Amino acid sequence: MREKSDRLFYNVDWLLVGIFLALVVMGWFNIYSAVYDEQKSDIFNWTRLESKQMIFAVTSIVLAFSILVIDATFFTATAFYLYAGVLLLNLIVAFAGAEIKGSRSWFKFGGFSLQPAEFAKWATALALAKFMSGLAKPNMKQAMGIAIGIIALPVLIIILLQRETGVALVFAAMVIVLYREGLVPGWLLLIGLISVLAMVVGIKYHEAIAFLVLIFAGLAALRILMLRKKTFKQILISAIAVLYLGGLMFVSSKVIEKMPEHQTGRIKVWLGLDVDRATEDRFGYNTKQSLIAIGSGGLAGKGYLDGTQTKFRFVPEQETDFIFCTVGEEWGFYGSAFVVLLYSMLIVRIILRSERQRSDFTRIYGYAVASIFLFHLMVNVGMTIGILPVIGIPLPFFSYGGSSLISFTVLLFIFVKLDSQRLLILR
Amino acid sequence: MNPQDRKYFVVGFVVLAALLYTARLFYVQVVEDKYKLSASNQAFLYQTDYPPRGAIFDRNGKLLVFNQVAYDLMVVPRDMEGCDTTGLCAILNITKDEMLKRLARLSGSVEDASRDYRSHIFESQMLPELNARLQERMYKFNGFYVQSRTVRKYTYPIAAHLLGYVGEVNDAECAANPYYKSGDYIGKSGIEKGYEEYLRGKKGFQIKMRDVHNNIKGSYQNGKYDSAAVEGKDLVATLDADLQLYGEQLMQNKIGGLCAIEPATGEILALITSPTYDPNLFVGRDFSKNYVMLVKDSIGRPLFNRALMSSYPPGSTFKLMNALIGLQEGVLTPATMYPCAHGYPPLGGKPKCHPHGSPTNLYGSIATSCNSYYSYVFKSILDNRKYKSQEEGYKAWRQFVLSFGVGMEIGTDLPYENKGNVPTPEYYDKVFGKGRWKSITLTGAGLGIGQAELGVTPVQMCNIICTIANRGYYHVPHCIKTIEGDSSFVQRWTKRHYTMVTSTAAYEAVIEGMAQVMTNGTGRAVQIPGIEMCGKTGTAQNPHGDDHSVFVLFAPRVNPKIAIAVLVENAGYGAAYAAPIASLMVEKYLTGKVERKDMEQRMLESDLIHKTAGTQKKVSH
Repeated sequence: MREKSDRLFYNVDWLLVGIFLALVVMGWFNIYSAVYDEQKSDIFNWTRLESKQMIFAVTSIVLAFSILVIDATFFTATAFYLYAGVLLLNLIVAFAGAEIKGSRSWFKFGGFSLQPAEFAKWATALALAKFMSGLAKPNMKQAMGIAIGIIALPVLIIILLQRETGVALVFAAMVIVLYREGLVPGWLLLIGLISVLAMVVGIKYHEAIAFLVLIFAGLAALRILMLRKKTFKQILISAIAVLYLGGLMFVSSKVIEKMPEHQTGRIKVWLGLDVDRATEDRFGYNTKQSLIAIGSGGLAGKGYLDGTQTKFRFVPEQETDFIFCTVGEEWGFYGSAFVVLLYSMLIVRIILRSERQRSDFTRIYGYAVASIFLFHLMVNVGMTIGILPVIGIPLPFFSYGGSSLISFTVLLFIFVKLDSQRLLILR
Repeated sequence: MNPQDRKYFVVGFVVLAALLYTARLFYVQVVEDKYKLSASNQAFLYQTDYPPRGAIFDRNGKLLVFNQVAYDLMVVPRDMEGCDTTGLCAILNITKDEMLKRLARLSGSVEDASRDYRSHIFESQMLPELNARLQERMYKFNGFYVQSRTVRKYTYPIAAHLLGYVGEVNDAECAANPYYKSGDYIGKSGIEKGYEEYLRGKKGFQIKMRDVHNNIKGSYQNGKYDSAAVEGKDLVATLDADLQLYGEQLMQNKIGGLCAIEPATGEILALITSPTYDPNLFVGRDFSKNYVMLVKDSIGRPLFNRALMSSYPPGSTFKLMNALIGLQEGVLTPATMYPCAHGYPPLGGKPKCHPHGSPTNLYGSIATSCNSYYSYVFKSILDNRKYKSQEEGYKAWRQFVLSFGVGMEIGTDLPYENKGNVPTPEYYDKVFGKGRWKSITLTGAGLGIGQAELGVTPVQMCNIICTIANRGYYHVPHCIKTIEGDSSFVQRWTKRHYTMVTSTAAYEAVIEGMAQVMTNGTGRAVQIPGIEMCGKTGTAQNPHGDDHSVFVLFAPRVNPKIAIAVLVENAGYGAAYAAPIASLMVEKYLTGKVERKDMEQRMLESDLIHKTAGTQKKVSH
């Protein structure tokens, strides 16, 4: 046993490594196509994005294998320090970083830039795993406040100080971790889901709110009449539910108007609300162009480097947030469904491996990793195909950018390493 | 619930989300087509290259129709958002109101305009100066673009009906042929319509790719789907421009039609409708204005191609036909004599006739144009014992007439031919009742002398004369000799159409009669010295007023070079107007000059349109 486990890549889940490599390589080829220019494309011209992304890709692959070399106890031991360090970086960037489009989240070094908010994802996952795995089981419920605090701290810094809402939203995905660990009951998630639906309905049909509330109230009254024998408590709960949902609808329809203009615009366009032409052009343009690009790919796509919508820059941000358009246009339904399948395999594999851990730390960390990937996949692809409003977050391994590629690599490979040592870690 | 079991919910959620996303991708990429359409509209620029239309030359190589460059201001109403309409109106010198009206008219309505993605001609055939001024500020005029086109130009102001004109395609034409797109030009009448497929050439298409800033990024798939424009083919018409011009001058201020054909080939030498118009009126920005002006002339009806489309009673010229049929059927010989008593004796002098020597033989009957002679002849054809009944006799007579190309589309290369009319037996059944009409009934009606319901167009009339000149056959009259690069085309018209009158002797007898018309008959005043000619006058009664003056003629008698039919509406005796005009035309064509200046002068100066109509005796002559 000992001798075997001493070997460098002992017990590594090669399926995860394989999916990772496939995504990185496909991602790079896709970036190459997205910025393709017959005259200018050049893998070794360091001012061009495809070359830069190649450096990032090579760096991240090297980094991935470096993490496999480090002993997993390093991450369990230094989790809080890494968390603190990353938070500090995020604080510094909020004051000393370069201002881009009203947000301060980037450090600039010559031709390269760094976004510490990306690092907060794995740092927070580590800290959460460390804290929660250290708790004795009965105390878990009481510790919920602290767990939420660990998640909320980077969110607050990123939203309030750096003004980068998109990146911060991903921390909401951690609710899955809390759910799995029993800190959040299922009914609460259900209420959350219904609340989000109520808000969407409220925004979309704000004229009809009163009507809906009446229907709810009517249904509740009907139920009370049918169950006449039941107690006052049930009447009270029904009344509260009606008031809560109605109130939520009303409030959300008002709040939407008070939100920053671009958020209001994106949400309204997404919900298909009546907006003037200028608003539609400004906030609906990305989604429209993205749908045209993906939709025009058809079943089998237009062929590599032959996409017209992406190559001729109809789709904005196509090498970063809207990179999935290139997949959809050039590889068609086959290609885009394959990419979705690959991500789903990655996520499900991580969940299943997490469940096999003896160590709480690895399981909690694994769930955090799966949640983050899931959130990115759903939100990023969802916005390109018009399911969700436009939220500026990258598609892991596909979107252009060193910070995100490197942090997703770190995020994934810490798990791969922890998982490979599952037989040694007993906590 | 045990927290371990919650993994099923989480995994279930992931799988559900993946399925939902895949389904949505399937819908967007495979089921829904609108995105593909948008993509091709955005990224592809479909360009059309319009080839120059073919030119048209006359038989002697004179250029009749050619092209000049013009600029059409095109509009795609849907793309107009943000257009500097005020600036555009100022350049075009129109009011904003006018612009909106025009857009509404192009798209159907104001509401349709915002959705209309088709190209329309907004301002047609602008001059180069105006185009230059527009181009300077074109970038401000969203939805508009300039398409350079070739427009027709006519060297001589002649042959408007024959040449036809070119105009923008209408919806029906677009629907009938997918080649045409809104805003294209198409031949609307005459040769322009008849030979549209040769003249137009083939449009070229190019698919260019463009980026989001509208910069052209090269051809789609390296031009795999592109095609080059093919120029229209040049045509050589059978027309003699000098003869056509001369004829139009002779016919001016008169209403009628004239057709001259080379009998040996069927080539139309001149095809004249009067009043006519300058074909250049139908070119350029004033097209609509001029068109309306011409349409409004309800008396002259200058747009109506009388030579081809107007069916007239042939009058006495039709006696030639009855003579031929009678001779062929053996009910008539050149020596046959019939009496005349200022009319047809069996019906008490109806149809009436004018004073002349009586009785006459065949030659005399043609020369003097005796009405009772041909009433006898017609009746004898129908009464022929070889037919079971007079109705059968009529049917046989009718078949003879049809074989001369009357009562049917003769098959020229011009659109909108009139069939003329030879009444069917069923028609008479309806008029008189089944079994209640006989040969005498129709004789009395005037079928023997080219009256009653008979209808013949000037082209058909001329074709009959060609058949006589050829002694038994005709070539389908046509107006195009050769087409550039199409050597097989000349074969198209070589077929001889033989009539049912096959006896050469019959033709020679009729020709002798026609020759006597010119030497000592009704046409002697228009005989050209030194040329043996064969003619026949006609004075066609008609329900619309004074008699039509008709004359048919071919010359020379041996080896004929030209056959001509002239009809002048409400001009009285055939010898009065139609005969001099026909004769002058023949003189001009055969000798290249006109010696009889008095006659020429009289024809050029006579004005029948603006005369006060006088009553004339309705007697065939």
